[in-house]
Amino acid sequence: MDILVVLEDNRGSLHRMSKEAIAGAQKMGGSISALAIGVNADAMAGELSDVDITEVITINHDFVSSYNADGYSDVVSQVIKSESPKTIVAGHSYQTRDFMPRVSAKLDIPFIPDIISMDDGIVKQVLNAKLNALVTTSADQVILSFQSATFSEEAMVTGSCLTRSIEVNLDSSIVRSEAEEPFQEDAGDVDLESAELIVSIGRGIEKEENIQIAFDLAKALGAEVSASRPVVDSGWVEPFRQIGSSGQNVSPKLYFSLGISGAIQHVVGMKGSKNIIAINKDPDAPIFEIADYAVVGDVLEIVPKLIEALNN
Amino acid sequence: MKIAVLVKQVPGSETALPILGNHNWIDEEQVSFVMNPPDNFAIEEALLIKERTGDGEVVIVSMGPARVQKVIREGLAKGADRGIHLEEDGQIQTDPLSIAKSISSILMDENFDLVLSGLQSDDTGMGQTGVLIGEMLGMSTGTLAMETDVQDNAIRVKRELESGWFQWVKLPLPASISIQSGLNTPRYPSLRGIMGAKKKEIKVIPPTDHQTDAISQSIDKVFVSQTSKQTEMIEGDADSTVARIIEILKSELKVL
Ligand SMILES: Cc1cc2nc3c(=O)[nH]c(=O)nc-3n(C[C@H](O)[C@H](O)[C@H](O)COP(=O)(O)OP(=O)(O)OC[C@H]3O[C@@H](n4cnc5c(N)ncnc54)[C@H](O)[C@@H]3O)c2cc1C
Ligand SMILES: Nc1ncnc2c1ncn2[C@@H]1O[C@H](COP(=O)(O)O)[C@@H](O)[C@H]1O
Repeated sequence: MDILVVLEDNRGSLHRMSKEAIAGAQKMGGSISALAIGVNADAMAGELSDVDITEVITINHDFVSSYNADGYSDVVSQVIKSESPKTIVAGHSYQTRDFMPRVSAKLDIPFIPDIISMDDGIVKQVLNAKLNALVTTSADQVILSFQSATFSEEAMVTGSCLTRSIEVNLDSSIVRSEAEEPFQEDAGDVDLESAELIVSIGRGIEKEENIQIAFDLAKALGAEVSASRPVVDSGWVEPFRQIGSSGQNVSPKLYFSLGISGAIQHVVGMKGSKNIIAINKDPDAPIFEIADYAVVGDVLEIVPKLIEALNN
Repeated sequence: MKIAVLVKQVPGSETALPILGNHNWIDEEQVSFVMNPPDNFAIEEALLIKERTGDGEVVIVSMGPARVQKVIREGLAKGADRGIHLEEDGQIQTDPLSIAKSISSILMDENFDLVLSGLQSDDTGMGQTGVLIGEMLGMSTGTLAMETDVQDNAIRVKRELESGWFQWVKLPLPASISIQSGLNTPRYPSLRGIMGAKKKEIKVIPPTDHQTDAISQSIDKVFVSQTSKQTEMIEGDADSTVARIIEILKSELKVL
């Protein structure tokens, strides 16, 4: 086996990023096995039945019937030991962040996370997405995780694939944590997902007093207001207004971004926007890479003038 | 409760990032450094846990060149009890396994009940160091904590999941937990704290006493990414910029 793809169960079906990881593995080439764990292992294998990989290995065991970091890191480590894949890949999801480092530490196999390209070596973003880095490893085996949308699930090559169920021995002492049911918090009364126009605020707004400027601009445009995580963390706007991997996904006709740097965790939540206008005083801000209109300048100077012009 | 907080010093979000001549990292001489933002929340959480449980010790641990003593002092000024500085020569280590082995080797004999770290560093963004250390020290681990609740020999952690979902997980102590930003409001050091910090101990551990031999992963080159999208750059004075934005809103996007 050249590549082992560790799949993720997203409430009964295959996580989107697992499909992207399969597409990535196919692009890398070699023999590919995928690993499905838990009560939904067979369902996940079913979703891949017409995909061109060698096999889906399924494991179901009481201690890993649903996700827990203790059980998963143990099971994945056991499979890596017995099957000896050269490369282990997964989507860079929150679940991967949670258990994959433990596999890395258990087996002393390096884990290179959050990869954005495999075209000319392994590339990840560094320094808050302002630079890219070429990462190399001298190890015989390596664990890789791909950032969302690095590969497209539509690129998955179809074909046929076998299913193989394997037994694992798990000691009951392995699972030390006790997880409660997942829940969602107050969704708020603003429907950002169906908003046509959104004005979004980042840390570039600088102070809580300045937040009003964004609301004034939104009012002049008939837009809703959203924000980046640091603005929410500071308590300047409500949590339900947060856009990004830990917030909402939006795809408005216009996303008007004010002083947002464009970190990937923010961008995943808004890159589907039809049009993006971004104001940022740093001409090299990553947000400009995905903007249609890149306004280099000071939000605090431009936006009040823009509101005035709109209101005339 | 004996708590270690792992703190990394990273380039600030506003600093210039000139690339070195050999392209393998940035020229740190020209960079201004700050405490990795989530680590600041981790320190606050450690101090709050110490205050809530009424006793214990908070130890700031940082690995890096001499400059990192600044962020250790910052932690001490906020109220942490002592610091440990694992010295590194020259360029920072970019192999998480090596960093974790170094730090674990030093934390091993201290028998901490809790190790708090940031969920991700702003410079190398590996998102794993705290978890690696937890595993190496045989601790239970939890990531992306948005709230903590210490109980007898256990800690309950509200973990952030994707897309606005959360989950409470109860972990037996000792535990290593990575902290997501925003779970508390970090305090500023008081003047008294700053003065007091000068007298607190920072134990310096030379590279030979912690560094591991085998490095399995490294950053060989850093470079500016190329954009593929057609972007119109709008520069110039505020008035002409505003005029152009109005025109875009009206004629091109037709949203006015
Ligand atoms: C697991 C994980 C999950 C995360 N989830 C999310 C999420 O859901 N949503 C999210 O947004 N982030 C999330 N983040 C954080 C993310 O990585 C970034 O830190 C965050 O998006 C940065 O927010 P920002 O752009 O507002 O701030 P900064 O990165 O500080 O950027 C501020 C920008 O404003 C510009 N600026 C400053 N002053 C001015 C001015 N006067 N005029 C114009 N421009 C100015 C600066 O040039 C800079 O580009 C997450 C991180 C992790 C690790
Ligand atoms: N050199 C270091 N010294 C101290 N703590 C570190 C170091 N590197 C990483 N950490 C801790 O591990 C967290 C995650 O870092 P990383 O795995 O690099 O994303 C940081 O927020 C710190 O808490």
